[in-house]
Amino acid sequence: MRDDGDLLLQLAVTFGLIALVAIGGIGAVMPEVYRQVVDVHGWMTASELANLYALGQASPGPNGMVVGLVGWRVAGLAGFAVSLLAANVPPALLTFGMSRLRRRLGAASWLGTAQAGLVPIAISLFLANGVRTAQAADETWVAVAVTVATTLVVWRTNFNPLWLLGVGALLGLLGA
Amino acid sequence: MGTGAEMNGDAEPRVARSDVTRRALYATFFKIGISGFGGVGAWARRVIVEERGWLDDREYADVLALCQVLPGPNVGNVAVTIGDRFHGAIGSLLALGGLMTGPVAIILILAGLYDRFGAVPSVNGAIGGVAAAAAGLSIGTALKMIERLRPTAEVLLVGVLAFVSVEVLRWPLLPVLLTLAPLSIALAWRRRRARWAAR
Repeated sequence: MRDDGDLLLQLAVTFGLIALVAIGGIGAVMPEVYRQVVDVHGWMTASELANLYALGQASPGPNGMVVGLVGWRVAGLAGFAVSLLAANVPPALLTFGMSRLRRRLGAASWLGTAQAGLVPIAISLFLANGVRTAQAADETWVAVAVTVATTLVVWRTNFNPLWLLGVGALLGLLGA
Repeated sequence: MGTGAEMNGDAEPRVARSDVTRRALYATFFKIGISGFGGVGAWARRVIVEERGWLDDREYADVLALCQVLPGPNVGNVAVTIGDRFHGAIGSLLALGGLMTGPVAIILILAGLYDRFGAVPSVNGAIGGVAAAAAGLSIGTALKMIERLRPTAEVLLVGVLAFVSVEVLRWPLLPVLLTLAPLSIALAWRRRRARWAAR
């Protein structure tokens, strides 16, 4: 019982803190999620986390579900609930407050500047996330090929990403 | 609310509150939540602006601009903001709740299935394949965004610093962000001032 309580607390604190800097969503801070979940807490291997991330990507809705899945793995349904709440409630409260504040203060140019400043960092973090996931997931040549091919298709074309995930699944299935 | 102060266009919603019932708020965001496979943002915009007409283009862009610089998924922040606009705190709750209901239910089912069948080689292989593709998705999207951004040397430098410290050096994210974010914003501010001065 006490162990479980400890775990839930760890989940809440870990994901609560990460979520507060997740500009643009969990995808941008996945490198930190890897660091916390795999290196710091040792809850699972990088490859397992990559799989959970993939599950979150493949299902509808925002990509933040991966934290719920980690919580599920670590502490069942309670872990799932705690992780999702910790990751979503504080940012929602912050947004609530900020949007009200903004209505009081009126439109401001600082938003554009803040955006311009944060965007390059957000992009780099997405890139880092991709690289980290690739390292964790690409254990065979087929997997590497899938990553490279997907990268090129997304970069150069406008195909719906869902198709690509499906192709990845198929190739992975056949390769097993 | 106000006497129609047009400064921020926020004083009174263009669409009357009575037109957007609480149920509609929940239902609309529920629909958005389950339709967006990795593209929820675009879908949300389409439903809110084009289908329902709750906000016009400009208002939505305004909302999105703030939501994008705040932590949390953009579409979640949009839900909170729009929900508040029409029905205050309850509205935010309904909108965000609606958005997450479907995905949460589906993910729980997937989690159960994964627990059961995850170890089966073909299933594991399939998911590994999705992970490999998801990696490519992130990398490709980042590359696309970099291209569109047309970064100057100093912007590129910030990006490289972020990438190297987080991915190569594996430094913890918080200190890196706390250092780089203000720096990057300060640089952006400087660029903006230079542009104004040049006019």
